[in-house]
Amino acid sequence: MWAFINKLRSPKWFYAISARLLPWFWAAALILIVTGAIWGLLFAPADYQQGNSFRIIYVHVPAAFLAQSIFVSLAVTGLVFMVWKIKIADMAATVMAPLGAAMTFIALFSGAVWGVPTWGTWWMWDARLTSMLILLFLYLGVIALRGAFTSRDSASRAASVLAMVGVINIPIIKYSVDWWYTLHQPATFTVTGRAAMPMEMWLPLLIMVLGFYSFFIALTLMRTRSEILRREASKRWVRELAAEAK
Amino acid sequence: MPATDGALTKEVRVACEEPRGGLAVAVWATLKRDLMLLLRRRSEVLNPLVFFAIVITLFPIGISPDPALLAAIAPGLLWVAALLAALLSLDSLFRADYDDGSLEQLLLTPQPLALLALAKVAVHWLLTGLPLALMAPVLGLMLALPAGSYLVLAASLALGSASLSLIGAIGAALTVGLSRGGVLLSLLVLPLYIPVLIFGAGAVQATIFGDGVLAHLAILGALLALALIFAPLAIAASLRISING
Amino acid sequence: MAFDTFQDFLAMGGHAPYVWSAWGLTAVLLLGAVFHARFERRQVLRQLQRRARRDAHQAGRQPIQTSRGGSTNEA
Repeated sequence: MWAFINKLRSPKWFYAISARLLPWFWAAALILIVTGAIWGLLFAPADYQQGNSFRIIYVHVPAAFLAQSIFVSLAVTGLVFMVWKIKIADMAATVMAPLGAAMTFIALFSGAVWGVPTWGTWWMWDARLTSMLILLFLYLGVIALRGAFTSRDSASRAASVLAMVGVINIPIIKYSVDWWYTLHQPATFTVTGRAAMPMEMWLPLLIMVLGFYSFFIALTLMRTRSEILRREASKRWVRELAAEAK
Repeated sequence: MPATDGALTKEVRVACEEPRGGLAVAVWATLKRDLMLLLRRRSEVLNPLVFFAIVITLFPIGISPDPALLAAIAPGLLWVAALLAALLSLDSLFRADYDDGSLEQLLLTPQPLALLALAKVAVHWLLTGLPLALMAPVLGLMLALPAGSYLVLAASLALGSASLSLIGAIGAALTVGLSRGGVLLSLLVLPLYIPVLIFGAGAVQATIFGDGVLAHLAILGALLALALIFAPLAIAASLRISING
Repeated sequence: MAFDTFQDFLAMGGHAPYVWSAWGLTAVLLLGAVFHARFERRQVLRQLQRRARRDAHQAGRQPIQTSRGGSTNEA
C-alpha cells in the first residue's frame, strides 16, 4: 500500500503504467457499450407498462451511477492530494470534474425526456431528478471554484476541500430530498425503482453500467496523461519524450 | 478602534504566557472583538433584516394578496427569504479581516484556528441568524401564517440558521481571497443549504398540518451537530488556502 | 429481436423522439469527450515538440536569438 502510494508520487511512473493500461480500458469500454447498446435497443423485450420508452434506462441509469461515483472520486482524489500531496490525484480530479458534470447532465436530460411518455410532462420534481439537479450544481460549483483561482495550488486545494464538503452532504441531500418527495407526493410511480426486472432486461443494463465505468477510467487516464505532460513540461523526461516522438 | 485593538493584544499576550488557559481566552477575545466590531457597523447588521422584510413584501405583490394562498406558501417563502438574507451577509464574514490583515494574525496564533473560526461564525449567527429568527414571526403575520406555528417558525429558523452560518462560512472562507467571490459564494453554498431548508420549512408546515414537529426540530439539531463537528475544520482549512494562495 | 422491421425499430413503438434524443445526446457527449481528449493530447504533444525544437535551435545557434524568432523559423 505504502509502496504504491510512493510510486504514485512519480508522474513518470504513472505515465508509463497508464500507457499499458489504456488500450485495455478503451477496448473494454467499446465492446461493453456496443454490446449493451445493441442488446438493450434491439433484443431486450419492451416493458409491458412503458413500452419501448423504457429503453432510455440503458443510458439513464449508467450515467446516474457514474455521476455519483465521479463526485465521490473527486472527494477521494482531493483527500489524497491534501494528505499526501500527490499531484497525480489533483490532475485526475481536474479532468474528472467536467466528465462528471456531463454525466449528470445526461442523467437529467434522459430522465426529463423519459418523463414525457411516463408522467406526461417534461419536468417533474421527482426525488431522483431533484437530487441529480442539485448534484449538477455541486459539480458546477467545484469547476467554477477551480477556475476562479489564479494560483494552481490554491485552486487544487480549494476544489479538494469543496469536493470533500460536498461528498459529506450528498447522502444528507439525497435522504432529505427523498423524504421531502414522499411527504409532498405520495409514491405514485417510480421509474426505476421496481425490484423484479427480468434478466433479459437487467443484463444489458449491467453491461452498459460496466461499459460506462470503463469509459470513465479510460478517458480519465488519457486526459490525466495529457495533464501530466502539460504540467511537467519543463521536466527532463517529458522533454526527452517530446524529442523522441515525431 | 484603538480600545478594542489594545484589549486584543493584551489578551493575546496573556494567552501566550498562559498556555493552559490560552484557548478559552483566545476564543473569548475573538468573540468579543467581532461582536464589538459588528455592533459598531450597525448598517451591516441591519441590512439582512431589511432585505428579509423587502423580499417578503415582494411576494404578495408578485403573486396575490389572497390570504388563503399566502398562508399555504408562507412557510416556504419565509424560509427561503431568510436563507437568502443570511447568504447576503456571508460575503463580509471574513472580508474585512482579510483586507486589514487580522485574518493572517488569526492564522498565526498558537490556538487551533478551527475554534477561533467557530467563534467568528457564532458572532455571525448571533447578529444575523438570531435576529432573522426573531423577526420572522412578524413577517409571518403579514403573510397570514396560521396561528400556532409562529413559535416553531422562530425556533426552526434559529436552529437552522446556525447550520446555515456554519456551512456558509466554508464557502466564505474559500472565496475570501477572490476579488469577485460574491456570486461564486452563492453558487457553492446554496446547494449545501437544501437539507436545512427542507427540514426547516417542513417543521413549520408540520405544525400547520398538525403533524409531529419535534422530529423536524430533532433532525435540524442533528444537522447542526454534524455541521458543528465538520464545518470548523473545513473553515480552517479553507482559510489557510485563501491566505497562503 | 424485439422488432420485426427496421421501420419498427426506428419508430420505437411511438416513443422514437424520447428514446432517440436520450440516446443521441449520450452518444454525442461520449464521442465528444473522446474527440476532445484526442485533440487535447495532440495539442499538448505539438506544444512540447515545438518547445523541444526551439530549445535545440537555441542550443545550436547563437544564444542571442529570441524564442519567438526560433519558432517562426522552424514553422
